[in-house]
Amino acid sequence: MSDYDPVEVTPLHADEVSRMEAEALDAITSAGSLDDLKQARLAHAGDRSPIALANREIGALPPAARAEAGKRVGAARKAIGQALAARQAELEAERDARVLVEEAVDVTLPWDRQPRGARHPLTTMQERIADTFVAMGYEVAEGPELEGEWFNFDALNIAQDHPARSEHDTFFVGSAGSGMVLRTQTSPVQIRALLQRELPVYVISPGKVFRTDELDATHTPVFHQVEGLAIDEGLTMAHLKGTLDRFAEVMFGEGITTRFRPNYFPFTEPSAEMDLKCFVCRGASAVPGNPPCRTCKSEGWIEWGGCGMVNPRVLVSCGVDPARYSGFAFGMGIERTLMFRHNAEDMRDMVEGDVRFTLPFGMEI
Amino acid sequence: MRVPLSWLREYVDLPAVTAHEVADRLTAAGLKLESITSHGHDVKNVVVGEVLEIEELTGFKKPIRHCKVETGEATPREIVCGASNFSVGDRVPVVLPGGVLPGGFEVGARKTYGRMSEGMICSERELGLGEDHGGIMVLPADTPVGADVVELLGLRDDVIELEITPDIGYALSIRGVAREAATAFGVSFRDPADVELPEAEGTAWPASIGDPTACDRFVLREITGFDPAAPSPLWMRVRLTRAGMRPVSLAVDVTNYVMLELGQPLHAFDRAKLTGEIVVRRARPGERLETLDHVVRDLDADDILITDQAGPLSMAGTMGGLDSEISDSTTDIVIEAAHFSATGISRESRRHNLVSEASKRFERGVDRELPLPASWRAVQLLAELGGGTPGRGVTHAEAEAEPPRIAIPAGYPGTVAGVPYTKETVVRRLEQIGCVVTDGDDPAVRKGAVDPTGVVTGGELAAKLAVTGPDMITVTPPSWRPDLTDPNDLAEEVIRLEGYEHLPSVLPKAPAGAGLTEEQRLRRRVGRALAAAGYVEVLAYPFIGEADLDRLQLPADDARRRAARLVNPLADDEPLLRTTLLPGLLKTLARNVGRSFTDVALFESGAVYRPREDAPAVAPTPGVDRRPTEEELAAIEAALPEQPRRVAVVLAGEFDRSGWWGGGRQECWADAVQAARLVAAEAGVELSVVADQHEPWHPGRCAALYVGDTLVGHAGELHPRVIEAYGLPARASAMELELSRLEAVLPGPVDAPRVSAYPVATQDVALIVPDFTPEADVAAALRDGAGELLESMRLFDVYTGEQVGEGHKSLAYTLRFRAPDRTLTVEETTAARDAAVALAADRVGAQLRGA
Repeated sequence: MSDYDPVEVTPLHADEVSRMEAEALDAITSAGSLDDLKQARLAHAGDRSPIALANREIGALPPAARAEAGKRVGAARKAIGQALAARQAELEAERDARVLVEEAVDVTLPWDRQPRGARHPLTTMQERIADTFVAMGYEVAEGPELEGEWFNFDALNIAQDHPARSEHDTFFVGSAGSGMVLRTQTSPVQIRALLQRELPVYVISPGKVFRTDELDATHTPVFHQVEGLAIDEGLTMAHLKGTLDRFAEVMFGEGITTRFRPNYFPFTEPSAEMDLKCFVCRGASAVPGNPPCRTCKSEGWIEWGGCGMVNPRVLVSCGVDPARYSGFAFGMGIERTLMFRHNAEDMRDMVEGDVRFTLPFGMEI
Repeated sequence: MRVPLSWLREYVDLPAVTAHEVADRLTAAGLKLESITSHGHDVKNVVVGEVLEIEELTGFKKPIRHCKVETGEATPREIVCGASNFSVGDRVPVVLPGGVLPGGFEVGARKTYGRMSEGMICSERELGLGEDHGGIMVLPADTPVGADVVELLGLRDDVIELEITPDIGYALSIRGVAREAATAFGVSFRDPADVELPEAEGTAWPASIGDPTACDRFVLREITGFDPAAPSPLWMRVRLTRAGMRPVSLAVDVTNYVMLELGQPLHAFDRAKLTGEIVVRRARPGERLETLDHVVRDLDADDILITDQAGPLSMAGTMGGLDSEISDSTTDIVIEAAHFSATGISRESRRHNLVSEASKRFERGVDRELPLPASWRAVQLLAELGGGTPGRGVTHAEAEAEPPRIAIPAGYPGTVAGVPYTKETVVRRLEQIGCVVTDGDDPAVRKGAVDPTGVVTGGELAAKLAVTGPDMITVTPPSWRPDLTDPNDLAEEVIRLEGYEHLPSVLPKAPAGAGLTEEQRLRRRVGRALAAAGYVEVLAYPFIGEADLDRLQLPADDARRRAARLVNPLADDEPLLRTTLLPGLLKTLARNVGRSFTDVALFESGAVYRPREDAPAVAPTPGVDRRPTEEELAAIEAALPEQPRRVAVVLAGEFDRSGWWGGGRQECWADAVQAARLVAAEAGVELSVVADQHEPWHPGRCAALYVGDTLVGHAGELHPRVIEAYGLPARASAMELELSRLEAVLPGPVDAPRVSAYPVATQDVALIVPDFTPEADVAAALRDGAGELLESMRLFDVYTGEQVGEGHKSLAYTLRFRAPDRTLTVEETTAARDAAVALAADRVGAQLRGA
């Protein structure tokens, strides 16, 4: 290469560069498809294209000639680049107008190849209630479903021969006198919580309970309750009211409060029946002349559960000093809550496991 | 308790309010309204008529009379009547044309049996007075003709039915309800038991209390020369009927009437059938008694009996004996009024499955001061209505009983309520319910006693329940409130009378909680994951039978056959508690399939009940006047079955649905195993899957699921016999896994991986292994052998056939290698692959295919 004359670089001649540019523009203009254009781009603007090769030669020129050659090649490359972009835009628009329309499908068709399932509304209802109380600082307490009679009755101040005991239609387990039952209420969890936890105790315990009722539209031998218990220093019935009012609002909306009526439960004293202001008519249907309400049967209130101040006898049986601690407990039926909150009419639907009943409830309630 | 308002108004000056208003006030006081029944409000134009003429019509299927009746109008009425129990001159109720009978039944003038009938002559039932439809109601001869029958007979009344909670036995009487109503309306109350008793002269039939724990007061009074044929007056029969009791005979009706009015159950003996002194005692071995319901009962040593020298007469407080019962020829009657042990009657009633109006009252607590006035009232009524002479003597046996007293600070009810009440308010409210309140603390109060419902308030417990503070008051509850034993009982009385509706609403500040436990979170995640994967949750009953275990093809020695048994199952063929979730799920699956939902995937998460080996047969019930000892608590736990939580799925039909896009995919064993992997993934653990043979699964399509060395469950296709037994679609699959075992191995927080940006290098290997080799073992060997450079691997092919030889399978994997700090060389990845294959060869005898 000793005779190589750096000044005489043919590809950089002006007419040569013009020719390259013209060929490139011609190829670009005549490209009929995006694929053709891709080929043209490779051939006339790619790394091994004549103009790219010419560009590399610029460095070989004497310094004086470099500027002019560079300008010339640069202008040509710019023109090629612009032409490519313009043609690319043209062809894409053409494709969009034609091909994508041809490729159109019917997007309205269903695609339920793997339908999703659902959780049981009684499960999600328990979770929702538990979450409401967890947000207030409560913890979720649990206990066995097959329970000792001491936990289910004795410790809850339901003495062996008290009429309240026979009002619970109890499933007995093992043999008569075995001291074991299917728990008739979630209240034994209160006892376990008081025996196991440090004071103060704020717990919520949803769960399954059992009574010897035949299944019909409003009864089921296996049902669910949720029970709340708070034991602390200085708790009063006003705190119980405040807690349940807050709960009612969270579950049923602002302004929905509770009403207490005296009642009797062995494990609370004083005891109350708790009614919920009807969240549909907000009590209006109870006023004569107003339209009737199906949810509260025009009573304005819906019976929701029982509550009261924990009987000091219960505290004693758990070794808690009633002179120092007091507290409240409340409980309600989950099935019943589902019935009035979701307008469910027949308890059998909750029991039978027909997927048509459960599916609409989805993942949360 | 059904309360006719007219009866209530006899003892309380109720203002002019509706039955609903009365019921609302009572409900607010704790006597909850069940229903209100109105009587006679729609009745009109019923008057007293005198029968002037009777013409017997013939030629009809039954005797028919055409009567002429004087009704005080311008002319007598012609009325056709089908009854024939009346005569000319009788006074009878007549509904005139245009009149209305109960139930809105309008009566007009019409032609019947060929004659005009201008109205109707009425029976008791037609007037809504009772069930008697045997004939026309014949009124007393002096009843004024033309008088309004509604007014005359008190047809118009409202009956309020109240639900009485088991603590307030006193409210099972007109007397008790009237007292509450008086307080609720702030009006005066006349106590029907507050009667002046005449000085007794001598005693009635001799009696004594043999067992003071059974009965602490026993009263007998007599009446002689009673007319057994005397009928009960209409007003009494109407009230009894409206209060829910059936009129029987005057003597029985009077005892029931007094019981309803005062709350004191009474018993009437035929004096002629008594032999010697009556003794209240417990039953002796071998004693039997034929009760009023004609059942001969074997008596228990704990039963409380009324006996005479010939043997048992009646079961105290529950049911009388047949032999000593008054009959339609009884002229001399002995009335018994007693105060029995509430616990004793409660036990007796349950033991013999005998619930009576008397037992209901006794077990809820009857006023100990009632026997004398109640028996007096009964003999007075008997004498007045049935003739006869009341005896002047009274037999009164009693055992000493000290009235309980409770001391509290005057401010205690306010402390419980969370709103202050003045001392004046507290004292006034307590006095309103009948308490005697004195200032100061009587230290004798806390000696303790046994309350009538059998709760031992032993000295220690009473002391633990005692409340002290400033301004102590001592409260003696009235005899009709044996339920008031503790400071909180008094607090409730004050708060309820002040009104629950006035309690303030204050949200307490709970200490910060720790939220859900890991186990509780896991359960929710598992439920969501399965639901998202297509499974629908069911909550099946846990009741199963031997037949279910047979249908599952469980062998005789299978652990799941050891199940807890119910003493009183709802269905005789389902006496056991589930040891597996599958029976409930399979039945639910079959139910859905039966309702034409053939593509179904279900899951359940819940407890199974597993009796422990050598568990004691009895869970002890320690006392409740203290915290049980740890040993006592442990003894209860030892008797209770283990109750681990399980999760299970069953599925049938298409798991991926067919549709316009083409065919679907039938569920299979692999979906069941995958469900288990899904659950394990939520727990953050990896399952190893091993072929197993375990009922109810197909022996060739059953996977045992392990976490480490712990067996956690099984999955696969169900055994064809199980599918047949439950009537399921072919190839139905199932998985069951013990969630509690996963909870025990939760791995804790994830260690964050370092993500490398260097390129990946992939290598494929195909290994031949004996076909019984668990894939998980092969994969584990490859993973361990490949070392840290292995990023991930995936099984992409499984082959069995000639090329790999009988009894073998080929598993083909793609291994992806990547280093955190450099691009791997071919030499490095090959070395890692070779190490993986070498370890697989070593552990499971794998051979590199094609090598």
